[in-house]
Amino acid sequence: MAIDRKPHSQTTGAALRVRRVQAADIPQVIALDTRVTKLAKPDYWKDVYRRYGKRRLHERFFLIAKNRLDRADSRVLGFIIGEVRTWEFGSTPCGWVFALSVDPDMRLHGIGKALLEAISGEFRKAGVRKMRTMVERGAQLPLLFFRSEGMMAGPYIQLEKDLD
Amino acid sequence: MRLQISTRLAIFAVLELTERESRQLSVADIGKKYNVSNHHLAKVMHIMGRAGLVRAVRGAGGGYRFAANPRRTTLLDVVQLFEDISSVEKDTEAADATPEGKALQAILNEIDAIAWATLGSITIATMHKLLNRAGAGRRRSIPYLGGS
Repeated sequence: MAIDRKPHSQTTGAALRVRRVQAADIPQVIALDTRVTKLAKPDYWKDVYRRYGKRRLHERFFLIAKNRLDRADSRVLGFIIGEVRTWEFGSTPCGWVFALSVDPDMRLHGIGKALLEAISGEFRKAGVRKMRTMVERGAQLPLLFFRSEGMMAGPYIQLEKDLD
Repeated sequence: MRLQISTRLAIFAVLELTERESRQLSVADIGKKYNVSNHHLAKVMHIMGRAGLVRAVRGAGGGYRFAANPRRTTLLDVVQLFEDISSVEKDTEAADATPEGKALQAILNEIDAIAWATLGSITIATMHKLLNRAGAGRRRSIPYLGGS
């Protein structure tokens, strides 16, 4: 799968290429996540790649965005991961997005939007008509982004408790 | 959740002013659409002016313009000018100090926190997108709200 998309913003002259992740991309994914979250978790990302980059690809999507026009630019500009989940929490099949990250220097250039549109298209092809995600209440940046893309509060309430 | 009339008027006024770039409207223009008194609306606009959200334009044909960035201004930025959001986790009565009062307050705080987070996650630009999707009134075209 290779999905070419023009960037939404006019501030970047380059177009984006959104495609499935490859093993060679993982070090950059790890580096980007470490930069954004300030927490290095290479084992986690290698495991995610094994589960979402290589298996059950008809319902699992680990996509990355790259510069389409400049092939010499090998940077991973952002990534998104999601999967179709069925009957969890009593829900009919829906697409869950559980990770989205964009290079901090490349934000507001339409990369997040292109990634979300790409995975939305994959979810549609997989036969689902609803997409969900979960965002920490205080994480205003991703909240603002998902809201601007039309996502609203859903019918579920997340609950938790401390296990003493 | 119920917002005060002033708060709702402030949001409506901001949405009117940001429908097009550099749109300028008088208090009477906005008041007429929402059927509210100019006196009440003028007080609302004055508060938003002090906060830097709108700017008064003097002279004949004067009025107000939106003075902030619609992509960076959230509903919470407007709401907090008129609503007391500092009541979260604040004991206001003796009964609140009882175990029952604290348990109830914990639930109310949870509701408030969700409400404030929701209001803080929706920009004025996103509100226009919602209006467009809902097909409310005429199509809004706001070049300076584009891109994300």
